[in-house]
Order: sequence, then C-alpha cells, then structure tokens
Amino acid sequence: MFPLTLSKLSVRRRGKTVLGPIDLVIDQGGPTMVIGPNGSGKTTLLRVMHGIERISEGTAEWAEPDHANHAYVFQSPVVLRRTVAENLSYPLRVIKRAKPEINSAVEYWIEQIGLGKVANRSATRLSGGERQKLAIARALIRNPEVLFLDEPCSNLDGQSTREIETLLLETAKAGTRIIMSTHDMGQARRLAADIIFMKSGHIAEKGLAPDVFSTPQTPELQAFLKGDILE
Amino acid sequence: MNDITQGLLAALRLIVAFDAELWEISLRSLQVSLTAVIIASVVAMPFGAFLAVQRFKYRRLVISIMNALMGLPPVVVGLIFYILLSRSGPFGAFGLLFTPWAMIIVQIVIITPIIASISHQAMRELWAEYHDLLISLNTSKWQRIKTLIWDGRRNLLTAGLAGFGRAIGEVGAIMIVGGNIEHATRVLTTAIALETGKGDFALALGLGFVLIGLALFVNISIHWLSRTEREGRW
Ligand SMILES: Nc1ncnc2c1ncn2[C@@H]1O[C@H](COP(=O)(O)OP(=O)(O)OP(=O)(O)O)[C@@H](O)[C@H]1O
Ligand SMILES: [Mg+2]
Repeated sequence: MFPLTLSKLSVRRRGKTVLGPIDLVIDQGGPTMVIGPNGSGKTTLLRVMHGIERISEGTAEWAEPDHANHAYVFQSPVVLRRTVAENLSYPLRVIKRAKPEINSAVEYWIEQIGLGKVANRSATRLSGGERQKLAIARALIRNPEVLFLDEPCSNLDGQSTREIETLLLETAKAGTRIIMSTHDMGQARRLAADIIFMKSGHIAEKGLAPDVFSTPQTPELQAFLKGDILE
Repeated sequence: MNDITQGLLAALRLIVAFDAELWEISLRSLQVSLTAVIIASVVAMPFGAFLAVQRFKYRRLVISIMNALMGLPPVVVGLIFYILLSRSGPFGAFGLLFTPWAMIIVQIVIITPIIASISHQAMRELWAEYHDLLISLNTSKWQRIKTLIWDGRRNLLTAGLAGFGRAIGEVGAIMIVGGNIEHATRVLTTAIALETGKGDFALALGLGFVLIGLALFVNISIHWLSRTEREGRW
C-alpha cells in the first residue's frame, strides 16, 4: 500500500490556492504530526491524503490504490443521530461484519473511551469532548491501516488527552499508520516520530521530530515554536 | 355564531349516538388518505433522499419540477384522472372510476410532490451533516440513502403528516373521480360539500368538526408514537 506520493499537488478554491503545490511522500513509520497556524492548510492536506478533497492539479497516489481501510477523524466530529453504541457499530455494519463480532467490538471500544454508561443514549446529546472520543473510537473500530486525525484532542481535558494519546501510541505500535494535525506543541512532541510544518498552504519544513524541535531551520518554524504570532 | 354552536351540537350528537353513517364515512376518509400517504411516502421519501445524495445532470430541473408540482390544482388532477379512468379512457378497462381506488390514486398524485419536497429538504440538511463521514467510510449510494432515511425518520414523519393533512382535507379531485356515492365513495369532505349544498349547515359543520378531530387525532398519535420511540421504547 505504501508509499503515498503527492506530486505537484495543489488545491484551489474560488480562485485562491489553499494548498500547494506540494511534493510529499508518506511511507511507513510515523506517527506524523502536521502542525502550523490556522488556515495554513492542515485540514486540506489531510483530506487530500484521505482522498475526500477535490484536487485541482497534480496527483496523490498510493502504491497500491486500494483505499478501503483508511479512517478519518474530522476536526468537528460528525455524530450520527443514533445511540452511542449504534455510532460505533455503524462502520462495521457498512462492511457487513457478523453481529457477534460487531457486538464485541462495540463493547470493547465503548469501554476504551469510557462511554459505557451512555451506550444507549442518543449520541447527539454528548458533550464536545465525548463526541471527539466517540469519533476516535468509531474510526479505530475497523482497525484501520491508515488513520488520519484532524485535531482530535481540541476539546479534551488533560486527563482525556492523555488517555487518547496512550491509545494512539498503542494503535501506532500495533501497526496503524497515524497522520494527525494538532495545535498542541506538547502533544506534537509527545507523539511525533516526524513533523510536517505547514504555512500558507505550503510545507515550510519537515523532518524527524527531534531534529525539527531542536534545530528548526526556517524562521517561520522558529517563531511558531516560540509561540510568536505569524503574520 | 348560532350556526357554529348548532354544528358543534350536531357533531356531538352524531358522535355520542355513534351514528353508523358518520362512522362509515370517517373510516373511509381515513382509509383512503392513509393508503394514499403510505404509497406516496414509499415513493417520495427515498426519492427525496436520492435527490439529496446523488448529483446528476438535470438534478436542478427535477427539483424545480417537483416543487412546481406541489402547486398542482387538485381539481385539474381530478379532471385528468376522470378522463384517464373513464370507461372510454386509456385505463377504463380497470373499472376504477367511482371507486375508493380512484380517490386514492388522485390523492397520491396530489401529495407525492409535497412529501418528496419536504423530505428532500430534510434529507439535504442531514446529508450536509453526514456527507464527510459517509464518504470517508466508503458507503455505497444505497447505504447512504438508507442511513439518511433512518436517521431522518422524524423529519420524514413530518413530511408524511403534511401529506396526510393535504389528503384528508382535499375535496375537489376526489369528488370528481369518486363521485360522492353513498356507501361507496362518500368521505367526510365530499359529505360536507353535499350537506352544505343541501343547506344543512348544522350537519355539514358537524362533519367538519369530526374531520378536524380526525386530523388532530392522527397528528397526535403519530407524535406520541415518535416520542415513545425517542425514549427508546421500541
Ligand atoms: N471550500 C473552500 N472554499 C474556500 N476556501 C477554502 C475552502 N476550504 C478551505 N479553504 C481555505 O483554505 C485555507 C486552509 O484551510 P484548512 O482548513 O486546510 O486550514 P487548517 O490549517 O486546517 O486551519 P485550522 O488550524 O484553523 O483548522 C483556509 O484559508 C480556508 O479558508
Ligand atoms: Mg483544520
């Protein structure tokens, strides 16, 4: 399946280039953390890699073009108007897994995210953080080979963030390729094997996490890591 | 004012006396309209969902036509179906004219665009919410439509109720194709028209109150059903 190769890829919306042109190769390894200021194109980049964003120019190609087992956690979680348990079972029902298998997976994941008590309540009544956890579990339930997460912890408290980070590290260790955006530099340091730093629709800098954090090459990333405001 | 009190009294008298004819007419009204709503919904609701999910070349045109058909004058629908169903017409052989089925057919034609249009609106909103996730999960077109219909079922119920309200209160078209025949095709609205014509305002009003009561009853029972459903009782 790997690598994913983006070549001369750009995305234009309403005459404005919001991403690119980008050349990038995503191979096994990770987790990869995508960082950068608001509007720099992190979401657009992740969506392009997942294959759900229209490309204006260039290509994004997997070595084996079978996309079936990718999952995506959206920046604002999509919650089905169903119970929490039915939200979790939905991805498995789509691929027609057997009932007992679905039930045991749902039971497992609902405990993992600590929503066992509200299993049969409508998911639309969950809090922002609970929705995010639900979306993460729903993405993991198919045991994806590639997992994209777009700021999955933005609504989580410290405790929940740690729990999710542990979960993600375990998932990565079990072989899932994680590509994730975050605003939390602490989180980027804790999770990243490598970093992609976005600025104004371009990849301004990328590399192994320790290198990028200890010796940022571009003035933009130096400023960003210091917490300075970028124009 | 006097007429209205008299009408209310007449309605009460009819109901309390369990008037056989009133019972028969009301039941037929319900049967015809509910049958029409069910058949129309089976077509219109998936169609509304399909329009929300699928982009195709003449989609906008189809939506415009659907919305325009909502304004179809029932009398004209009745007239057209009178011609189609009459003995010499293309569907005359089925012998449907002046039967409840003729009334059901015209009601279906009248309310399908209404149900489809309201369903489409609801499905479009839900699709905007679900779009990214369902695409990401690699769902098939049919799975998307099923998901939208199931998760939007309460809004679809509202669409069905709008269709029912329109159907049960309709008089022009069913008068023409049904003929308002006693013990055969007389329903509440046509009976009201008849009694008004005869000058029996009290009875006409009485029937009118029964009609309102019936419409309210169906609305309330369906809302009650959907509430028990929301509480997870079935
Ligand atoms: N459909 C669209 N039409 C117009 N502009 C768009 C569209 N989609 C994205 N953009 C623009 O593209 C730019 C990049 O957006 P993107 O969501 O990828 O940024 P981001 O890095 O994820 O930001 P954030 O940190 O706020 O989530 C933004 O300026 C945004 O306004
Ligand atoms: Mg974003």
